[in-house]
Amino acid sequence: MRQVNQVKLGAEFIDKQAHREMHDRCLWAARMRRDKVAASIPEWEEMRELASQIKLHTLSQLDSYLQQFATNAEANGIHVHWARDAEEHNNIILDIFRQHNVKTVTKGKSMTMDECGMREFMGRHGIDIYEADLGERIQQLDNQRPSHIVMPAIHKLRSDVASLFARTLGSDKDIDDPHYLNSVMRADMRKKYIKVDAGMSGVNFGIAETGGIVVCTNEGNADISANLPPLYVATMGLEKLIPRQSDLPLFIRLLSRSALGLDMTQYTSHYHGPRKGQEMHLVILDNGRSERLTSPDYWEVLKCIRCGACMNTCPVFRRTSGISYDAIYMGPIGIVLEPSYDLYKYARLPYSCTHCGSCGDVCPVKVPIPHLVFYWRSEVVKHGFGQFTHNVEEDLAEPILKSTTNLAMAEKMGLWALRNIPKSIMESPLNPWAKEHSDPIAPEETFRQYYERNIKPHKEND
Amino acid sequence: MKIGFFVPCYIDAIHPQAAISTYGLLKKLGLDVEFIERGSCCGLPELDMGYIKHSCSLEKGIVSLISDKGYDYVVVPSGICTDQFRDHFNEVEQTPEIEHFRATVHDPVEFLHDILKITELPGHPRFPYRVALHNGCHSLRYLNEARPTELMIKPFDKCADLLKLVDGLEVGYATRRDECCGFGGTYSIWDPSCSGQQGRDKVSDYARNGFKYVTSQDMSCMIHQQTIARKNGLDLKMFYITEILNGDAKP
Repeated sequence: MRQVNQVKLGAEFIDKQAHREMHDRCLWAARMRRDKVAASIPEWEEMRELASQIKLHTLSQLDSYLQQFATNAEANGIHVHWARDAEEHNNIILDIFRQHNVKTVTKGKSMTMDECGMREFMGRHGIDIYEADLGERIQQLDNQRPSHIVMPAIHKLRSDVASLFARTLGSDKDIDDPHYLNSVMRADMRKKYIKVDAGMSGVNFGIAETGGIVVCTNEGNADISANLPPLYVATMGLEKLIPRQSDLPLFIRLLSRSALGLDMTQYTSHYHGPRKGQEMHLVILDNGRSERLTSPDYWEVLKCIRCGACMNTCPVFRRTSGISYDAIYMGPIGIVLEPSYDLYKYARLPYSCTHCGSCGDVCPVKVPIPHLVFYWRSEVVKHGFGQFTHNVEEDLAEPILKSTTNLAMAEKMGLWALRNIPKSIMESPLNPWAKEHSDPIAPEETFRQYYERNIKPHKEND
Repeated sequence: MKIGFFVPCYIDAIHPQAAISTYGLLKKLGLDVEFIERGSCCGLPELDMGYIKHSCSLEKGIVSLISDKGYDYVVVPSGICTDQFRDHFNEVEQTPEIEHFRATVHDPVEFLHDILKITELPGHPRFPYRVALHNGCHSLRYLNEARPTELMIKPFDKCADLLKLVDGLEVGYATRRDECCGFGGTYSIWDPSCSGQQGRDKVSDYARNGFKYVTSQDMSCMIHQQTIARKNGLDLKMFYITEILNGDAKP
């Protein structure tokens, strides 16, 4: 099987200057807005700590909270299903759709359903699913994964969208005015909404105490999916629980401020049961989560509330885009989450990180992402999935670095090379450093030599 | 007070002036400083890449260098290596001596600011220029030497406090003042495109803001930024912070 190569895909995006600059600018602006709104709340850091504690508490008693939640949800009239993995999840929903003779579905944005490959699965079974989130729909039309958890098409320029719509919806390819493009999409989707047999959405928070779910969106994409058709199916990762209704405001306050720097999502919708005449189903998905929960090393990834703040702040993500991660979850949280699904396939992802640590500081629930990057790199090596070049480098470096004599010799050789080997060779393509850097200017002597010449003799005379 | 002076490999070879200035400054402050002559690598490059067995062997080497030396403090002119000792040095037995070492190892900024609490600099150095301060990510977020812009806590900046003791020096920042410059150790070799792009963005940020001089408590960031600036023909001069604090920085 092929390993995902973020470095290569990222370099392709970096070369697309207009895309890279727009992407970096938009996401940095989101990070700046986040800083501004967070700074306006004196208790911001206490909120992060409290949210982290609530998540840790819930996860440490997840079995009982899940039972409490399911019991209450069923009492509210929600049909609750348990899915061990993606396949079970998809088959449960397919069964529901078949019972209701569903042919077309509108769907709010859901990373959990993406994780299950649900849309493609339904497509293979003759059920058409239309994304109701604009960015997600753009990505669907382009047959491409979302590139960001909350801004799925943020890596596209307006002109990209104009040509995509021209190709798929018959609009004018030369008009990239957002109002026009929105109207094209609206006209197309309205025809579809009116005919859909069912609606779907993900879940941001499940409340154990009430058995209700909360979905946060900025476009109402979950709402149209939940409120229009007679059948509503939601999918919730089992880590999405919080204990009480009174815990919710804390998370609502943190979520959108962290994600986009907005005080609140435009739509924060509470579904505590089916509306009159509607049937409502909720699929609770495991798909490796309970296994992650048993790991003392990385169970804290389950705290993640999928806000995307780590992506907005990540210097690598902003320049390479979420597409380059070639995975369901991208950016900092992706590189510490995806290896737990498939260590070999995603063995390179934890290396797409400079260790700057900013993701850990912006995370509203304090997922220790920087620490987990170290952890996954060591797991990659331990399992023998380290890249050949890395293995060679580290094996060669160890005996040099651990011996003072060898290190001093290597330093001398390196400096000799810097002074004597022509630039044309030193800065050849064989030297990856030289792609972006000039060679350092060699100092006249090392500190060791300086010490031997200037300090040691005086010390010995003391 | 006996101080061990540990010089990281990359400082020794590529920018020894950082060590010369730090050593000089500590001596001018009248301290008993002992250069750890047989210094080797702290193990960061190996640990950073996930090669725990390799980093363990490097850490063992360090243990033999500091054992039975009676150092009250060890000063390391490098934020990344200081952080390696303090936060990651877990592969060797945690004896009381190692625990003491990890608790008392400092980079010069912490040592001058938090331990010595200096309020003036020996020789009253002068550097009458605007200088961009780059707080290296490890020093910023792991050694807590300043408030990262994303944390909503009371602002502080230890490097800026020290630089303000230099006559005529005006501390400034890049627009994206604490965004990573993309060095990331071995990252700069294995992902040159993204590392380079981050570096170019950083140095052009300085240039846009009219800076000619940049300083940092992490020379690794400075070497990365300096060589990218040179490759892109930008007139920027980078200093390790003690070069300025010790009056060694030449405009």
